[in-house]
Amino acid sequence: MEILVCAKRVPDTAENEIEINSAGNDIKRDDLVYSVNEWDNYAVEEAIQIVEKHGGSVTVVTVGDDESEEILRREMAMGAENGILLTDEAFEGSDGKGIAALLKAAVEKGNYDLIMTGAQADEGYAQVGGMLAAMLDYPYASLVNKIEVGDGKLTVGREIEGGNIEINEIELPCVLSIQTGINEPRYVGIRGIRKVASVNIPAMGASDLGIDPASVGADAAGVKRIDYFVPEMGEGAQMLEGSDDEILEKLIELLKSKGGIK
Amino acid sequence: MEHALISPAAYAIFGIPAVIFSIIIPIAAAALFAYIIAKRLAPLVMARPDYRFDRPGRRVFNVIKFWLGQWKHPRYMVAGVIHIVIFFGFIILSIRSAEMVIKGISEGFVFPGLNTWAGDIYYALKDYAATAVFIAVVAAFVRRVFFKPERYTYPESYPRNHTWEALLVLGFIAILMVAESLYEGAAVAAQVQAGLESDFLAPATLAWFFKVLMLDSANSTLQGAHIISYFVHDIVFFTFLCFLPLGKHFHVLTSIFNVYFMRLDKGNIRPVRYGVGDEALDTLETFGVKTYQDFTWKDILDFYTCADCGRCSDNCPANAVGRPLSPRFISLKGRDYTFDHFPVFGDFLKTDENIAGTVYSEDEIWSCTTCGACERECPIGNEYINKIVDMRRAMVEDGNVPQSLQKPLQCLEKRGNPYGKMEKKRADWTRELAEEFEVKVLEKKGGSADTLYFVDSVSAYDERMQSVARATARILNFAGIDFGVLGKNEKDSGNEVRRFGEEMLYQELKDQNIEAILNSGAAGIVTADPHAYNVIKNDYNSGDLPPIEHISQFLCRNIKNGKIRLGGPGEEAGQKVYTYHDPCYLGRHNDIYDQPRDVIDAITGVNRVEMARSRDRSFCCGGGGLMLFYEAREDERMGVRRVKMAREAGANVIVTACPFCLANIEDAIKVAGLEGEMEAIDLCELVVQHIGS
Amino acid sequence: MARIFAYILHSNGELDDSALELLAAAKRIDPDADVTAIVTGSGIDDVCGKAAQSYKTVWKIDNEALSYPNAEVVRKALVNILPADSIVLLPHDHFGMDLGPGLSIKMDSSFVSDVVDIEKVEGNTLKVIRQEFTGQVSTHVHCDISSGAVVNMRPGVCQPAEGQAGEVVDKSGEAGDLSAKRKFVEIQEAEAGEVDITKSDVLVSVGRGIEDEDNLEIVFELAGAMGADVSCSRPIVDAKWLEKARQVGTSGKTVKPKLYMALGISGSFQHVGGVKGNPFIVAINKNPKAPIFQVADVGVEADILEFVPELTEKIKEL
Repeated sequence: MEILVCAKRVPDTAENEIEINSAGNDIKRDDLVYSVNEWDNYAVEEAIQIVEKHGGSVTVVTVGDDESEEILRREMAMGAENGILLTDEAFEGSDGKGIAALLKAAVEKGNYDLIMTGAQADEGYAQVGGMLAAMLDYPYASLVNKIEVGDGKLTVGREIEGGNIEINEIELPCVLSIQTGINEPRYVGIRGIRKVASVNIPAMGASDLGIDPASVGADAAGVKRIDYFVPEMGEGAQMLEGSDDEILEKLIELLKSKGGIK
Repeated sequence: MEHALISPAAYAIFGIPAVIFSIIIPIAAAALFAYIIAKRLAPLVMARPDYRFDRPGRRVFNVIKFWLGQWKHPRYMVAGVIHIVIFFGFIILSIRSAEMVIKGISEGFVFPGLNTWAGDIYYALKDYAATAVFIAVVAAFVRRVFFKPERYTYPESYPRNHTWEALLVLGFIAILMVAESLYEGAAVAAQVQAGLESDFLAPATLAWFFKVLMLDSANSTLQGAHIISYFVHDIVFFTFLCFLPLGKHFHVLTSIFNVYFMRLDKGNIRPVRYGVGDEALDTLETFGVKTYQDFTWKDILDFYTCADCGRCSDNCPANAVGRPLSPRFISLKGRDYTFDHFPVFGDFLKTDENIAGTVYSEDEIWSCTTCGACERECPIGNEYINKIVDMRRAMVEDGNVPQSLQKPLQCLEKRGNPYGKMEKKRADWTRELAEEFEVKVLEKKGGSADTLYFVDSVSAYDERMQSVARATARILNFAGIDFGVLGKNEKDSGNEVRRFGEEMLYQELKDQNIEAILNSGAAGIVTADPHAYNVIKNDYNSGDLPPIEHISQFLCRNIKNGKIRLGGPGEEAGQKVYTYHDPCYLGRHNDIYDQPRDVIDAITGVNRVEMARSRDRSFCCGGGGLMLFYEAREDERMGVRRVKMAREAGANVIVTACPFCLANIEDAIKVAGLEGEMEAIDLCELVVQHIGS
Repeated sequence: MARIFAYILHSNGELDDSALELLAAAKRIDPDADVTAIVTGSGIDDVCGKAAQSYKTVWKIDNEALSYPNAEVVRKALVNILPADSIVLLPHDHFGMDLGPGLSIKMDSSFVSDVVDIEKVEGNTLKVIRQEFTGQVSTHVHCDISSGAVVNMRPGVCQPAEGQAGEVVDKSGEAGDLSAKRKFVEIQEAEAGEVDITKSDVLVSVGRGIEDEDNLEIVFELAGAMGADVSCSRPIVDAKWLEKARQVGTSGKTVKPKLYMALGISGSFQHVGGVKGNPFIVAINKNPKAPIFQVADVGVEADILEFVPELTEKIKEL
């Protein structure tokens, strides 16, 4: 099975305090470290496991600048065979639709049976996979946490409420967006990345993809982020203050009055 | 001398001269033995290289101390003494046994020198030796069968049971002793009966008993006993010899070599591949031990040499708390695999399968804290840490790393610490000290200090352990030392990174640290973290680095020369009973046991007790560095076990000299529900409480 | 102003909580709008009737193929029925995520999701507020609605609106071809756990702040002393420290206790989304900036590893 996984380079937010820059138009990025979007990493692992079982190859594609190449190498070190970097000044500022349009063009340059994305990324839209599928007229399933390969089709589980799993049969080719926890991604060390350091990763711009530069990028975006801001604190909780004993006493009174202590 | 009995060399059995058997048995056995040994050598010859031929003087010294001197055996008194008796009995009797074999061919044979007064002494000695060995064997048998020490048991996870082997060999030895003594006793009894001159038999020996018992026996009985015991000895002797390479008694033959080649350097981890320098690591196709073929010959010699005595596992903290690791079975499963795949008879089998997940379970490989208790205990120089680390290297190479370790490893790669905290905050712990004194942060070019304080990640970032860093800084400041820290230029020391098998990441951390340390221009390094101390001292292997001291050494030195004086424990502290917990990377891996104790004892009137397990038998707190992130399967936490030991010793304050020990033990006190009753404190924190007062 | 539609989720004949939240969201976009509810399914007259108590117009699409809300089938039906330039509101849950992005492509309209607040409409621009980086920062987002939009609203951010009763219009005939390449097979129920937290009145819920599996003991002790049940947030289940049946949140159980104690839970919306019925929420967290304090009634800034055993002690003394 030929699988294309769409990945994104995002700031690693664990333990990093996200602060807003003085202009309010971006977060402070100087001290941030970047890595592959966690959901995408699960998708790549899943793709590799499918290929290990059923044959084929995994290609990872990303839209970004030169620095985004590092996540392609990381995913290739995991076991993806090819990487494709979609990069062009014209792509900058694309909204979800713009990104999906670029990915659609990349999909059409290849011959893929299965396309995967992460369920969501840093911005939390959870949109590119579904858009890409609709543009390609492929069937789509989101929040996939289980995949079984059948003949010309997949059986996929989707994570729905209550910890339940919605089982679907989906025809190939299709697009799936992958939920975390579907597998246990393998570790990639420096050595693995060095091994693929010299592998050529093709970079494709608007003309390579046959895309009208005006149809993507910031100017074409129908959805635009205007600024970042720290939300004003609402009323929030009444914080219990005082010495430990005072706090405990107040809390226990509250718990009693609310029926919390039987 | 006239003989009352016909000797085996002259005897005929049903008309066949017995000398024929005396010739055939040794020749056939020697051929079989040579064949078996050749088969056993095959995997060693095919194995990866291991550089163990340096420093012959020290190696000979080790042989004298550990092999001939049986240095570690008395650590287990009963078993140790039994072993020492059998060991020296064997050495003494080896001459006699060889002599007996030759006597079957040439009845008058005596080794040169033994027909003199030396022989008189030797023959008396060997009679006592045989008797002592016999008693020791009986004692060993009784222990095995009736007392069944815990450490000899086989868990369900290991389906083979080698107890029969142990009993069979005890039987062999007992028969040899009895046969030799009977052979001799019967001859002397016959001489006495015939009124002829007889050899002297040392009183109260086995042979002497046989002589006394058979003084009234018929000559034919004595003749029969003499001949039968001779051939029983001959056959059992050679059967035993050929049996040795087939099981755990191979150690009788291999231990001398294993001890000669045992590790000489402490605390370090072996290179990825001998003969390949750090700078050439990228040229290697594979890392670590993935298949059996990746073991070095010393690893396989370890497998051969394991005597299954169980001392390693008896001291292994992972085994004690029910983790799926028991070092004894690292060796036993390795030997089983070797024997199965390199059979004495039949073709060798393929050994190209992944051993992680088959021979050894993945959890087993990750469960080791590298505390070194197993290696310290092994009487014959078997090693475990290098094997474990090498298996981890192969798993890291395959991406097969527990999820809980991946995040910290990635943070180490990106930020130089396992918590993912920002580099620029690495010296934030110094802020609280700003009002007392300035801690130089040598981040910019040109900054310099005489002494570099290497903080390491846990003390730099962990809120609790920052207090250890501040205490260390206060001590250095009090002693009037011109010192500085590297700030954001310091990376994690990488002790655990290396031990968890992420060699390339370790190399990067090491290179960055070496560069930063050299740029600081410091003439000496001090650290309060034994893990940093160990890796910089024993693994960095850079001749350019200034010498490193652990803060306990620094304190001990400065207390002795009077620069630092410690006051009394104070009223409240006077109620406290202290015990010192040896951190593995300070104690076992670097032999620093006394200095921290001396520092505690320098507090006037301090009350300090020792735990039953202390010094080189210290019980690991649970492991440091990345081990804090690993979620092991276990019944109880090591730290909890350790806190209970301290309590049993009558202590209520556990002093340690390692931030990871402190973290684990403080945590364990909470888990054990002993808050208020027990407390833990770092040596530096304790010193700061009393300094100058 | 384009016509506004709200897609109504329902199960077992009951409207989903989102049904009236979307009505509220629609009113934020255009207070004067006649919002149309769309109900799909098979044999749904009852549900349509319920929707019509609050929505002025309810479009019913009754078809066997829609008996389970398969996003691909629903999308086909909507594309056939909806007028161009429509604004479609969906809940940003597992269904909305499945349907919204593709629907916006097929409708050739804009898509904005996980909206936490709607500011206003100016001309052809819909101004909304979203969050990024797991809620650490907020953003103002402008969405071009000149050719319509699909707007996925974060569940729970709008108070359910009261609406006027209206009528049901049967649009089933216009649904068109509803064949699909993705077929719903079944729901695999999560394994039942020891306790049914959905029926608990008092829940002591534990999150990442517990740090270690062994520390869970202090939580069970507190719950024992209070006579409460123990639930948890997703990281605890991901770490396999507690069973899935104890997980509260949009990917876990929806609970309706009277009292909810959040111990060391940061309070992501996915977690808080599983706490319904407006319970009294007590949050204990060492991070004073933890979002849980925004939704809690009472908060304590403390390390749960230290605070909880003390609390347990005190309660036992009562």
